[in-house]
Amino acid sequence: MDSALIPEGAKRCAFPKFAIGIAVVGAVLLWGVFAMFLCWFKGLNQTNMNDYYGFALWIWADLAVIAVGGGAFFTGLLRYIFKIDELKNIINFAVIIGFICYSSALLILAIDIGQPLRGWFIFWHANVHSMLTEVAFCLSAYFAVLTIEFIPNILENRQANKVPFFHHLAHNMHGVMAVFAATGAFLSFFHQGSLGGVAGVMFGRPFAVREGLLIWPWTFFLFTWSAAAFGPCFTLLVTRITEAITGKKLVKDNVVHLLAKISGWMIITYIIAKIIDTIYWAIVTAPSLGFTLSHFYTNNSFYGYWILIVEIIVCGVLPGALLIMKSTRENSNLRLIAIILGVIGVCLNRWVMVLQIMAVPVMSFDTWALYIPSWQEIATSILPVAYGIILISIAYRYLPVFPQEKELNSVEPVTEAE
Amino acid sequence: MFPFCFEWVWDIGHAIFFGGFWYAISILGAGMTFCILKAAYDTMNDSGESHH
Repeated sequence: MDSALIPEGAKRCAFPKFAIGIAVVGAVLLWGVFAMFLCWFKGLNQTNMNDYYGFALWIWADLAVIAVGGGAFFTGLLRYIFKIDELKNIINFAVIIGFICYSSALLILAIDIGQPLRGWFIFWHANVHSMLTEVAFCLSAYFAVLTIEFIPNILENRQANKVPFFHHLAHNMHGVMAVFAATGAFLSFFHQGSLGGVAGVMFGRPFAVREGLLIWPWTFFLFTWSAAAFGPCFTLLVTRITEAITGKKLVKDNVVHLLAKISGWMIITYIIAKIIDTIYWAIVTAPSLGFTLSHFYTNNSFYGYWILIVEIIVCGVLPGALLIMKSTRENSNLRLIAIILGVIGVCLNRWVMVLQIMAVPVMSFDTWALYIPSWQEIATSILPVAYGIILISIAYRYLPVFPQEKELNSVEPVTEAE
Repeated sequence: MFPFCFEWVWDIGHAIFFGGFWYAISILGAGMTFCILKAAYDTMNDSGESHH
């Protein structure tokens, strides 16, 4: 039915099967869209936010997708600026994942501001003293970069590529992609960092506040570093899931091993910095503000020391160690465990830096604020997942996303024995 | 956002924020303009030899 659009030489499932899959995930998407419209038309009273607790669940989802979407800018940086040629075999997919993550992040922000029709105010009436203004600028501009990076892949669709203008446009865009990738890396450095900086400058929240360099708290650098470290893990994880669903090998092992190795070293260096930062905060920063470490991890039913150990040791040190050692990195099961732990780790870090910050009591008369999100918040947080699955499915079906797919899945012609 | 907006001030904050923003947007705009114009030129002078 749609075979004319499918990349030449690629095998895809029958269209009815594909359509049923899209319909099932589409139902989840519609659930999220319904919740989104409730928030827009009825207001933010659809959430459980209040004057004391001003971060909905979707803010965690927002920061998490931005962190795991960091694989796009970092892989682009390695491919186009550092000229690591092997990564050309996974860069298309990294860009698509980044596009999904950043479009989701912008959608979440459009829900969070309550009145999306006034979204342009952040540009027109910019508060130039706010790190979040920088985040909004860089996020929007970087989404433009990702769109530009995605366009050539779309234009390489079998039918679109027959149009001479589209063919030449895709060719020319590939030619100057290094400029776009460098711009993307510049923008990502600042918006990833500023999302961490927002937490680090909150001197009224001793759980978050950090010293730093000039105007940037250490969390600025830790957020950028963690996105670059764990983003490739998410790219590898989604690639592995796509391979499992399609039943095909899509990327050669040497490419996966290389990206996993780079990610592993980034994780190890990040986690060393994170451990130093945590120790310094625990024994110097927090006590100087009148708090002990136990204040942040006791006297409540959820946030205990376990979250610190899971984030730093189980989902930081462990995946880093597994990925830097050749024997464990090249074992597919251990590598899969490492990248899953890495993705959980960075999401957990964003959870801690967004939601635990708000939960910790600050004043002597405060109590722990353990937040229970409304179903609308849960639905709008799941919405990007459904959207991502649909977009990846469509892109995989109709676009030449994986350059090595044909080679890795070619069927040897059966020759009759003489 | 623009110097003609009423709340615009010629200070370091606006210079850094909007300088960086317009710098990035200009690069993207110039890059895309180049690609589109060159694609139009290549299409008009199509030799059918371009590969990527």
